[in-house]
Amino acid sequence: MIQKLMKPYIALFVLLFSCSSFGVIELLEFNTETEKERYRTLIDELRCPKCQNQNLSDSDSQIAIDLRQKVRDLIDEGKNDEEIKTHLVARYGDFVLYRPEVKDVTFLLWYGPAGLLFIGVIVVIFVIRRNKQDNSSSPDGFSSEEERQAKIKQLMNKNSEK
Amino acid sequence: MRRIALFIPFIIFLLLGFFLFRGLSLDPKELPSALIGKPFPAFSAETIDSKQVSEADLKGNVSLVNIWATWCPTCKQEHAYLNKLARESIKIYGVNYKDETDKAIVWLNQLGNPYVFNVKDEDGMIGLDLGVYGAPETYLLDKNGVVRLKHVGDVNDRVWKEKIQPEYQKWSSQ
Repeated sequence: MIQKLMKPYIALFVLLFSCSSFGVIELLEFNTETEKERYRTLIDELRCPKCQNQNLSDSDSQIAIDLRQKVRDLIDEGKNDEEIKTHLVARYGDFVLYRPEVKDVTFLLWYGPAGLLFIGVIVVIFVIRRNKQDNSSSPDGFSSEEERQAKIKQLMNKNSEK
Repeated sequence: MRRIALFIPFIIFLLLGFFLFRGLSLDPKELPSALIGKPFPAFSAETIDSKQVSEADLKGNVSLVNIWATWCPTCKQEHAYLNKLARESIKIYGVNYKDETDKAIVWLNQLGNPYVFNVKDEDGMIGLDLGVYGAPETYLLDKNGVVRLKHVGDVNDRVWKEKIQPEYQKWSSQ
């Protein structure tokens, strides 16, 4: 009898506590909440050198695990975000940054798209202008609106004279 | 003016063709090393036969530093070639990367030992300082222990002759 009564509670108990086991992927301990936040942002922005397009938080490759450990150690040592990035770039090159610094080699990468857009805009303006010019001289042979209106008036006068 | 404009699509085609063709022979997996021209990162560690070594022990000769592990199949593939290079009295230092020392010793007993010594790097932190992202990797150091070349993947006859040997000779003659 008691067992029967308890059944839904046991079920509820099992259900509630099974959920918590899914939440933990990495068991990490940080001194402060900000450090945890910094760690998360860093591993989202740093790229795994072994994998072609995954960040450190995404990848399960051995090197990504090691690099996450390294980032954690560097945070523990009190390094700031900039220092941590410099530390990794010194070893793995600009590849590890998803947002590489602006410098000579990355100049085209940063400003290339804007440059292309600029060229595109110029081409569009050029094409529109030329089309306008073409329209004004043709297709009905009037170069301006006044000329057109004058012709209309002339024709209408002719009609009313009849 | 109009005539020149007619060639614009052709020029764009040529440019695009050039870049796409270039892309065919590029390996996106190969990262340029950030350590070229820089001294081998400082370390102090034990060799697999328990001797204490540091980066100073890599100086004196133009040498190769080979990152390997027993769990790495490609390392097995290149091992015979490393033996051959060692017979030609080329100095090869090993970094036993994230490996178990017992297994490494068995491996060397079975397959031959081309290395002057093997640094233990159980937690992979020497590798991390070097920018290693996958074994095997091979670095060429000059006489002063400055990294001059990095090769990712196995060292074989073609890689040696085309890529590493020319640099090896260049730095040996200096």
